[in-house]
Amino acid sequence: MKNTIRQYILSNLLFTDDESVLQDDESFLDGGIIDSTGVMEIILFIEDTFGIKVNDDEMLPANLDSVDNLVAFIKRKQLIAA
Amino acid sequence: MCGINGIAALSMQTCINENDVRSMLPALHHRGPDGCGVYLDPYQRIGLGHTRLSIIDLAGGAQPMHNEDKTVWVTFNGEIFNYLELRETLIKKGHCFYSRSDTEVIVHAYEQYGDNFVQHLNGQFAIALWDGNRQRLLLVRDRVGILPLFYTRQGDRLLFASEIKALLPQLCEAPRISPDALDQTFTFWAPRSPNTLFENIFQLSAGHLLVVEKGQMRESTYWDWRFPEQGDYHQGSDAELAEQLYNLLADATSIRLRADVPVGAYLSGGLDSSALVALIRRHSDTPLKTFSIGFEDQSLDESVFQQQMIDHLGVENSRILCQNNDIAEHFPATIFHAETAILRTAPTPMRQLSGLVRASGYKVVLTGEGADEALGGYDLFKEAKIRQFWARQPQSEWRSLLLKKLYPYLETSGTQAKAYLRNYYSIGLDNPNQFGFSHLTRWFTTAQCKVFFSKELNATLRDDAVARLGGQLPMAFGNWHSFNRAQYLEAKTLMGDYLLCSQGDRMLMANSVEGRFPFLDHRVIEFANRLNPRLKMRVLNEKYLFKQAMKNQLPREILERHKQPYRAPDIPAFFSTHPPAYVDDLLSEDKLKHYGYFDPQKVGFLLKKVRHGSSIAYKDNMALVGVLSTQLCHYFFIDQFSQTIRAAGSAYSSITQK
Repeated sequence: MKNTIRQYILSNLLFTDDESVLQDDESFLDGGIIDSTGVMEIILFIEDTFGIKVNDDEMLPANLDSVDNLVAFIKRKQLIAA
Repeated sequence: MCGINGIAALSMQTCINENDVRSMLPALHHRGPDGCGVYLDPYQRIGLGHTRLSIIDLAGGAQPMHNEDKTVWVTFNGEIFNYLELRETLIKKGHCFYSRSDTEVIVHAYEQYGDNFVQHLNGQFAIALWDGNRQRLLLVRDRVGILPLFYTRQGDRLLFASEIKALLPQLCEAPRISPDALDQTFTFWAPRSPNTLFENIFQLSAGHLLVVEKGQMRESTYWDWRFPEQGDYHQGSDAELAEQLYNLLADATSIRLRADVPVGAYLSGGLDSSALVALIRRHSDTPLKTFSIGFEDQSLDESVFQQQMIDHLGVENSRILCQNNDIAEHFPATIFHAETAILRTAPTPMRQLSGLVRASGYKVVLTGEGADEALGGYDLFKEAKIRQFWARQPQSEWRSLLLKKLYPYLETSGTQAKAYLRNYYSIGLDNPNQFGFSHLTRWFTTAQCKVFFSKELNATLRDDAVARLGGQLPMAFGNWHSFNRAQYLEAKTLMGDYLLCSQGDRMLMANSVEGRFPFLDHRVIEFANRLNPRLKMRVLNEKYLFKQAMKNQLPREILERHKQPYRAPDIPAFFSTHPPAYVDDLLSEDKLKHYGYFDPQKVGFLLKKVRHGSSIAYKDNMALVGVLSTQLCHYFFIDQFSQTIRAAGSAYSSITQK
């Protein structure tokens, strides 16, 4: 899962395949990786890819703002759904 | 309006050749299809050229024009709106006129007032004036930069012209794209004047006067936006100030209706153009024709509001519909005319609109441009105000939530908005007094597009575009109210260097149409600049005093409407159906590598994302348009340099006709 997310972020938000430019705990917002509409792209991606639904009250940097946060969030959601 | 050009000798060893001056004219044909002329001084120190779009004194206004004894000559692009009053004053002082043209007042005003003559002009202008007795050349550009004037030095010669393409025939080799200009474009949306996209080609800055004398060039500022430094704002009740503003706007509009040809107006359906049309209606009895754009993309379309004003004022309106496909088809010609890289496609429909004006038999339109800058209309000003307010209490939860009022798309849920708003809009919050505080969010977002720059381009960049701008501001800047500082930055970056150029003059003149801008009358700006900022933005009600001034002239729906920024489709225009061949070609790995500005791999990833239809981010739009337009500039002005020169003028229309 982490790798899928990393590949998505690398090619769609950082436009590169250079793995070294993205740290798993790096904030997308602080690094300027996403703009105000970019977060919607991330949500669309994880909903499509991992079959989860992101509720309005879950759209928080704590859930969505780094590779690590995304992985933890998606795992939590999948557990609840299972 | 017109096209002007010329060549001046910078040393006694150099003589100017008339054919060289004439070689620049064909590239300016679209600016002045009604005639052309050249003046070469007897000692071959200077040659002046002119292509004419006749609007005032159709029979007698041929240029270059001269004074009584033919010692002062001028080639002039623009309009002097107070020429009737000036002419009368100058005749009383003993000057003799041989025409009824506004151009002729320039030579006599220069004789009368010297270099200060420009202070007497109310208008939009780019002027080249030759004083044969003193062997000096003056280049002057209007106060806010409505009309363009470019120049470059070639050895002992100074070349100047209304557009860069007219300089090309006199260059020994193709110009080079400047890395610093790209850095500025991918930050402020345009190169900062005096820079252009090209190395060693400059534009005279708005409000500047350049004197060329004895081989020396001396540039000075004769006018700039100024604001009170000690709170010395206009005194008076809101009603009194609103009345003064109304009277000024009415006069600024009336004198802009002076022409010997019929005058039309742009009508977007927003407050500014609606107010302008109402003012024209009220202060002139000539039949008025308006022109508007509709969009296939309903989210961009303002037809409903346009119709409201058409019904309200009973004007005759013509409308074009901009389809998504039109943008892709017309984009190369847009860039050929704009002569610079741009981040938005918005200029393209503006060119279609001026095409409609021309096809309807009109040469002159009034437009509402400038009201947002002078009278305080932009969302950016609100954003800055909220961020200032928030910065006083950075921990405050609810202060930042005011931003939701501004950007309705942020209005999803409280938690989401709060968390992301706080992160995204908190840039620079620790130092709200820094010079660019109002613009940091925009500049920061835009600069993210620099991720596509190639390693080679990055290696040649010197310092950061924002830092450099900080060093070029007027001394008093720090003493102005934060709202005024934001206005200044907006007027000097986005309006002067982008809106009035790529989206303004160049798109109008591409179809030989002259735009006139009552809100940019310097008397209006000077009056507005002395208004207390709270009269521009009352809490978060933008253009407050302006609305007060216009409240009896406009329907309530228009007065109370939430401001909609003018936009055109970006990515969907190029990728919704089959992208035109030039898009694939110029964005191919080969071409990207060959031109060298962008990283082919990164652009490849962007294209993949765009083709997949998964891009909705604002900055992807800007990046794609920025990359494509830079590639087009390289293609037209560097790759095709010799062909562009040979094909200049009418023959070139095969590329630009679309």
